[in-house]
Amino acid sequence: MFGLVVVPTPTWYLVLSAVLFSIGAVGVLVRRNPLVMFMCIELMLNAVNLTFVTVGRAMSDINGQAIVFFVMVVAAAEVVVGLGIIVSIMRRRSGVNVDDLTELKG
Amino acid sequence: MELFVFVCASVMVLVGALGVIFRKHPVHAALSLVLTLFGIAVLFVAQSAEFLAAVQVIVYAGAIVILFLFVIMLLGVDKAENLQIEPLTGQRWIAGVVGLGMVGLLTTAVVSGSDVLRLRGLGIANSVTGENADANIQQLANSIFSDYVFAFEVTSVLLVVAVVGTVLLARRRTGKGIA
Repeated sequence: MFGLVVVPTPTWYLVLSAVLFSIGAVGVLVRRNPLVMFMCIELMLNAVNLTFVTVGRAMSDINGQAIVFFVMVVAAAEVVVGLGIIVSIMRRRSGVNVDDLTELKG
Repeated sequence: MELFVFVCASVMVLVGALGVIFRKHPVHAALSLVLTLFGIAVLFVAQSAEFLAAVQVIVYAGAIVILFLFVIMLLGVDKAENLQIEPLTGQRWIAGVVGLGMVGLLTTAVVSGSDVLRLRGLGIANSVTGENADANIQQLANSIFSDYVFAFEVTSVLLVVAVVGTVLLARRRTGKGIA
C-alpha cells in the first residue's frame, strides 16, 4: 500500500522488552504496596520471556521457547510463595506498606 | 501485517505496564497487568510460539492474576492509595532517571549487538503456514522431554514444595505447637 513493507526485526522486539523491563524496575522502586511490587516483578519476568522467544526465533532455535516454559513454571511457584508470605504478614498487622516492615532492621 | 500486529500489541503492552505502576487502585493495577500479559501473548503468536501464547493466557492471565485479585480481596486492601505522598524525598526523580538510563543502556546494547543474531539451530516449525498444525507443540515437546527432561522433573518437585510451603505459611495457627 505504501510502496515498501516494513517488517519488524528482532531488534524491535528486544527494544520493546527492554522498555517493559525498565518500567517494571521503576515500578518496584517507586511503589510501596507489596502486591503492586509483585506485579512489577511479573512485568520484568514477561520482558525476559519476550527476549527469550525473540532471540530463539532469530537464531532459529527451539530451546529459547523451552526456557520460557520453565520460567513460567518457576514464576507461578514464586507468586504462590510470595503471596503466602504477604498474606501471613498482613494477617497480624493492618495496612499494606513495605516501609512499615522494619522488624529485621539492625 | 506483522508490523500492524507488532504496533498494536506493543501499545497494549506499554499501556498496561504504565497502568500497573500508575494506577492508584490495586485492582486496577491487576487488570492493567492482564492487558500487558495479553499483549505479550499476541507477540508470542506473532513469533510463531503458539503453545507459549496459550500457556501465557492460561497460566498468567487465568491463574496468577486471579491469585492476585483473591489476595487483594482477602486482605481487604482494595481501596485507592494516595500516591501524592512521597515516602522518601526525591526518590521518584531518581527512580525515573534510573529507568531512563536503563532503557538507554539496554537499547544501546541490543542495537549494537543485533548483528550477532545468526541462525544456529535446526529451525523453528511454523504451525500457521506449515502443513502440520501441531508442529510447534511437537518440536517443543521433543526439546522438553528429551533434552530437559531432568529439569522438567525438578520443576514438578519445585511445584509440590511451593504448594506445601504456602499451605503451611498461610494457615491459621491453632496454638497447639506446630500441628
